[in-house]
Amino acid sequence: MLRLERRATPSSLMRFASPLLAALCMLMTGFLLFSALGKDPMEAFYLFFVKPVSSTYGIGELLLKTTPLLLCGVGLALGFRASVWNIGAEGQLTMGAIAGGGVALWFGDSDSSLAMPLMVLAGILGGMAWAAIPAFLRTRFNTNEILVTLMLVYISQLVLSWLVHGPWRDPEGQNYPQSQGFGDAETMAVLISGTRVTWGIVYALALALVAWIFSQKTFAGFRMQVAGLAPAAAAYAGFSEKRNIWIALLLCGGMAGLAGICEVAGPIGRLQQQISPGYGFAAIIVAWIGRLHPIGIIFGALLMSLLYLGGEAAQMGMGLPSAITGLFQGLLLFYLLATDLFINFRLKRVDSGKTRPTAPRESVA
Amino acid sequence: MDQSGFENLKPRLVLTGIAKRYPSVVANEDVSLSVRPGEIHAVLGENGAGKSTLMKIIYGVTKPDAGTILWNDRYETITAPAQARRLGIGMVFQHFSLFETLTVWENIALALDEHIPTAQLAARITEVSEKYGLPIDPYRLVHSMSVGERQRVEIVRCLLQEPKLLIMDEPTSVLTPQAVLTLFKTLRRLASEGCSILYISHKLDEIRALCDTATVLRGGRVSGTAIPRNETNESLARLMIGGELAECHLTPREPQEVRLEVDHLSLISSDPFGTSLKDICLKIRSGEILGIAGVSGNGQKELMAALSGERLSPDASMIKLMGRPVGTLNPAKRRAHGLTFVPEERLGRGAVPPMSLAYNALLTGAQSGMVRRGMILPSVMRSFSKAVIERFNVKCGGEQSVASSLSGGNLQKYIVGRETMLQPKIMIVAQPTWGVDVGAAQLIRQALIDLRDQGVGLLVISEELDELFNISDRIAVLAGGRLSPSVKPAETSIEQIGIWMSGKFADVMPGASACAPSRLETADA
Amino acid sequence: MIAIVPMVASTVVAATPLIYAALGETVVERSGVLNLGIEGMMLIGAVAGFAAARATGSDGVGFAAAAAAGVALSLIFGFLTLNLQTNQVATGLALTLFGVGLSAFVGHNLAGLPVERLAPITIPGLTAIPVVGDLLFHYDVMVYLSVALFVGVQWFLTKSRIGLTLRAIGESPAVAHAIGKPVLATRYLAVIFGGATAGIAGAYLSLVQTPMWVEGMSAGKGWIALALVVFGTWKPTRVVVGAYLFGGVTQFQLFAQGFALPIPTEFLSMLPYAATIIVLVIICRDPRTILLNQPASLGHSFHPTA
Repeated sequence: MLRLERRATPSSLMRFASPLLAALCMLMTGFLLFSALGKDPMEAFYLFFVKPVSSTYGIGELLLKTTPLLLCGVGLALGFRASVWNIGAEGQLTMGAIAGGGVALWFGDSDSSLAMPLMVLAGILGGMAWAAIPAFLRTRFNTNEILVTLMLVYISQLVLSWLVHGPWRDPEGQNYPQSQGFGDAETMAVLISGTRVTWGIVYALALALVAWIFSQKTFAGFRMQVAGLAPAAAAYAGFSEKRNIWIALLLCGGMAGLAGICEVAGPIGRLQQQISPGYGFAAIIVAWIGRLHPIGIIFGALLMSLLYLGGEAAQMGMGLPSAITGLFQGLLLFYLLATDLFINFRLKRVDSGKTRPTAPRESVA
Repeated sequence: MDQSGFENLKPRLVLTGIAKRYPSVVANEDVSLSVRPGEIHAVLGENGAGKSTLMKIIYGVTKPDAGTILWNDRYETITAPAQARRLGIGMVFQHFSLFETLTVWENIALALDEHIPTAQLAARITEVSEKYGLPIDPYRLVHSMSVGERQRVEIVRCLLQEPKLLIMDEPTSVLTPQAVLTLFKTLRRLASEGCSILYISHKLDEIRALCDTATVLRGGRVSGTAIPRNETNESLARLMIGGELAECHLTPREPQEVRLEVDHLSLISSDPFGTSLKDICLKIRSGEILGIAGVSGNGQKELMAALSGERLSPDASMIKLMGRPVGTLNPAKRRAHGLTFVPEERLGRGAVPPMSLAYNALLTGAQSGMVRRGMILPSVMRSFSKAVIERFNVKCGGEQSVASSLSGGNLQKYIVGRETMLQPKIMIVAQPTWGVDVGAAQLIRQALIDLRDQGVGLLVISEELDELFNISDRIAVLAGGRLSPSVKPAETSIEQIGIWMSGKFADVMPGASACAPSRLETADA
Repeated sequence: MIAIVPMVASTVVAATPLIYAALGETVVERSGVLNLGIEGMMLIGAVAGFAAARATGSDGVGFAAAAAAGVALSLIFGFLTLNLQTNQVATGLALTLFGVGLSAFVGHNLAGLPVERLAPITIPGLTAIPVVGDLLFHYDVMVYLSVALFVGVQWFLTKSRIGLTLRAIGESPAVAHAIGKPVLATRYLAVIFGGATAGIAGAYLSLVQTPMWVEGMSAGKGWIALALVVFGTWKPTRVVVGAYLFGGVTQFQLFAQGFALPIPTEFLSMLPYAATIIVLVIICRDPRTILLNQPASLGHSFHPTA
C-alpha cells in the first residue's frame, strides 16, 4: 500500500521534474484522447508535436508564437511571485497593440525611422497604462485585481472592436473590421529569412534575462518575493505593499503591451478585431509551468507555442477542432498543480499488514 | 481540603506506553500515567516536552503510533474528538477553539453532538455558567469578548456535556492573577463532584497550589511523578529541565537620555475585532528595560504595530526616536533611526518560512551594507548570518538552512540575534520566550539584559509576569488599549499588577495616568 | 408603462444565470473555498445542457446534464485544492482555462445549431392578470426555481445546523477540525453544490437566453458572478439584489441600442464590465467591510495533520 508522507524539506529535484512530469501526463492524456477519437495516436502525435517544427519555417512559427507568450509569461510571473494576481495580460496586450498601432496609423505611409521606436514605446506605455488601472484601484480602493484585470480584458477588446469598426477602419477594406495595413517602416524586421519570426523574440529573450537578474539579484526583486511568500514579514520589514503592486502591474503591463505591438507590427501587420488567440491567458500557464522563473518560462513558452502550432496542424491535418489547444493547456496546468504535490510529499510504501491501526499517518487525504 | 476521597477509587484513565513520532522529532515516547475520579493531575513540562501532543492523543485529535488507552476499565481507540466527547472527555485548548464571528450559543451548539433548540440551549448555558461561577451571556458574539471571557465559554462548553475528565491546556496564560484564583475555585468544585482533571502547565507555583498529583515530561518521556504539595519549585524544576532554574540578574544602572518617547498616542485598530490604543504615553531611556504586562488582546498587537511603523500614527510627533518625530515613517525608515524589533509571530512575520537564514538576514538588514545600488551583496549577507548563528548559538545546518526547518527556540535566537547585531539604539520585543525551551529562553533573556547594559533602551511585551519581574527596570500594564503608569518591580507586587491587568489602575491611584507624570514615574526619573 | 413590462421581464431573464452561479459560489466561499472556475463550469454546463437537450428533446434532461457536468468539473477542483491542497487561485484559473478549452472542443459541431427555447409556464388565473401577470407570472420554470434556490440558500446559511457548521469551517477550519467537524467533507459538498449551480447557470444561457451554443458564450458572466458575491458581502439577499441590478444594466444596454442612441454599441456593451469594476470599488473601498464579512479562511488551504 502506498501512502503520502510529508518530506522533511521540499525536494528541489521535484521542483524541476514536476513540469516535465506534468507535460508527460498531458502527452499521455493526448494519446488516449486521439485513440478515443479514432485517430492513429502515433500519427496524430507526429502531426501535432513534430511536423510543425520540422522545417525552418516551422521553427520560425514556433519562435513567433513564443514571443508574446514569453513576454506575457515573464511579466505575469513577476507579479505572481509577489501574490499580485494580474490575469489580464490579454487586455494589456490588446491595449499595447492599440496604442502602438495608433502610432503606426498616424505615421501612415511615412518611412520615418522614428516610427518603429515610437510604436514600441507607445505599445509599452499603452500596456502599462491599462495595468495602472488595477494598480490604482488596488492600492487606493483595496479592489481585488483578479476581477478588475479580467473585466478590463473585455473592455479593451470592445475598444479595439469599436476602433476597427469605426474611426480606424480602412476605408478601402471592403467593410472588413480592420485598419489599413502598416507600411514597411511600421513593420518589424524579419529575423530569419524564409520565416515570419521578427526581432520581437530577441527583445523577449533579453527581457527574460533582465527579469531573471531583477528577481534574483536585486533588492526590489527580493522585496516582491517576500511579499508573495509571507506578507506579514514584508509588512514587518517595512516593504511597501503599494510599491510592490505598482511595480508588478506596470512591469507586466509594459511587457504585455510590447507583446501586443510585436504581434500587430509583426505577423498581423494591421489592427483587426482579433489580434491574439488568448496569448495573455495561456501565459498564465506558461508562468506556472516555468516555475515563475524567467529561464523556466522560456521553456514553458516554447511548449505552449508548440501546442498552438499543433492545434492548427490538427485542425488542418485531422479535422480536429483547434480548440484542442485550449484543452491541452488546461490539462497541463491541472497536471502541474497535481505533480507539484511531490515537492512537499513523497510516496512511501506502507506494509499495512504489520502496522497497528494507529499507524503513523501524515496523509493528505 | 480533603483529598483522600479518590485515592482508593479505580483509575478512570490509564495511559500505557504512548508514543508519537514525527519525521523530525519524537513528541512522545513510552508515556504512561493514570488519573482517578476527582483527581486533579498535573502534566508538567517545559515548552516542547510533548504535553500538548499527549493531550491531543487523549482527545482523539492526534493518533498515537504506539500505546494503549484504558478508559473506565475498557481499552479504547479514540479516533475523533466527537468520540472522546461521547466517552466523557472534554478539553479546553490553549489557543481557543472558538469561532469569533459566531455567538456563544452557536459556538456551543457546534460542539454538541445532539440538537438542542436555541432557547433551551441558551437557558442551559446560563444555568451551568452561573452554577460554576463563570457568568456568560449566550447571545454575545465571541469577538466582542475578552480572552478571559472566551475561556469561560470554552469551559462551559465542556461542562454542558458533563465530562468525566476535563483537560485544561495551559489555561492561566490568558488570565490575570486574580482570575486564576477564581478558575482554581471552579476546578476544585468540579473535582469535588468527581470530575477528573488533567492540568497542563509549566508554571510550578500554580501546580503546587492546585494539583493532587503530577506527571513530569521531559523530551517526550516521563521524567518523574510527584505529589506537588510535597515538592518545592526547585525540586519540580529539576524533574522538568534536568537542572536548576537559572535566574537573570539586573545590576542596578542609572538610565541615561530618553531614546523613545510616545506622546498621547491614540489609534483605532485596523482589525475590526482588535483593541484600539487610547492615549498611550511612555518613555524609554538608554540602558533600561520597560516591561509591558497584560493579558493578550488588550492592545499588544496594536502597540507593537504602532511602534514598529506597520501602522502609521496620525501625527509624526506622537512617536519620537532619539528626539526625532517618526510617527509617520514606515518600519524600514524607523530602522534607519536605530529601532529594531522582534515580533511575537516568528514564522511568517519575523522570518520568511521558506527562505534561507541568509536571506532572512536581508529582511531587516538591508540598510547594513547588504545592498549596494539596489543589488544584493550575497557575501555580506551570508557572513552577517553566520555571525548571528555563531554568537547566539543557533542550532541549524548553516546559513543556507530554511527558516521553517528550525525549532521555535532556535529561530527565536536567530531573530533576536539578528535584531541585536543590527546595533539598535532602541529594541522592541514581543513575547521573547513564548513557546521557547528553557535553555533558549535563558539565553534570550540574558541577551536582552546585555543590550541594556550596553546602553540600549528596550521595551519588552510579555504575558509572563515572572519574566517581566525578572528582567524589567520598570513595569507598566496594557489593559483595554490603555497603558498604566510604570513602577519598579521592587515597589510593586504580582497582586497589584494583576489588579491593573483588569484595567483598574485609575481606581487604585486616583488621577493616575501614564501621561501625567505620576508619583511613581517622577520617583525614578 | 407598457414598455416597462418587457424590460423587467428581460432583466429577470438576464439576472437568472447570475443568481444561480453567484448563489452557488456564495455557499462555496462561505465554506472558505475560493473557486475562480465558475466561468469554465458555466461553459461546460452550457455545452452539456445544450447537447443533452438537443439529443433528448427534454429541457429537464438538459439542465440535469449541465448540473452533472458542472459537478464533474468541480470535483477536479475539489480533489486538487482539498485533497492535494493546491493553490485555490491557480486551480480556479486552471479550471476556467480548461473549461473554455473543453467546451469549445466538444461543442465545435454544435455551434450555431438551433434548440427550442425553454417556454414560460402559464399559471392558471395568475398569468392572465393584466400587467402583473406579465410582470410576475410569465417566466420559465428555472426563474421560479432560482427564487426557490435563494430561499433555500438563505435558510441553509442562517437557520440550519449544517449551515452553521459550514460557516464555522469558513471562519476557521483548524478550529472546526479540532472540535471534530468534517472539514473536507463539508467543503467538498459546498464545492459540488457550486459546480451544479454554475452548470445550470451555463445551461440557462444556451437553452433560454440565446438559445444556442456559441463558443465562449458566457462572456465573463462567471467572473461577474464572482464579483457579485463580493458585492453582496457574502449574503444571499444582497447577492440576489446585485444580480437583478446587473441584469438591469445588461438589458439597459440592449434597450439603448434599440433606441439608436448616438453611442457606439461597443461602449454600451462595456457597461456590465465597467459596472462590475465600479461596484467592486464601492464595496472594497473600506477594507473593514471586507474584513468583517469575508469568510476568514477564504482561499487558504487546510491540512488536517493527524
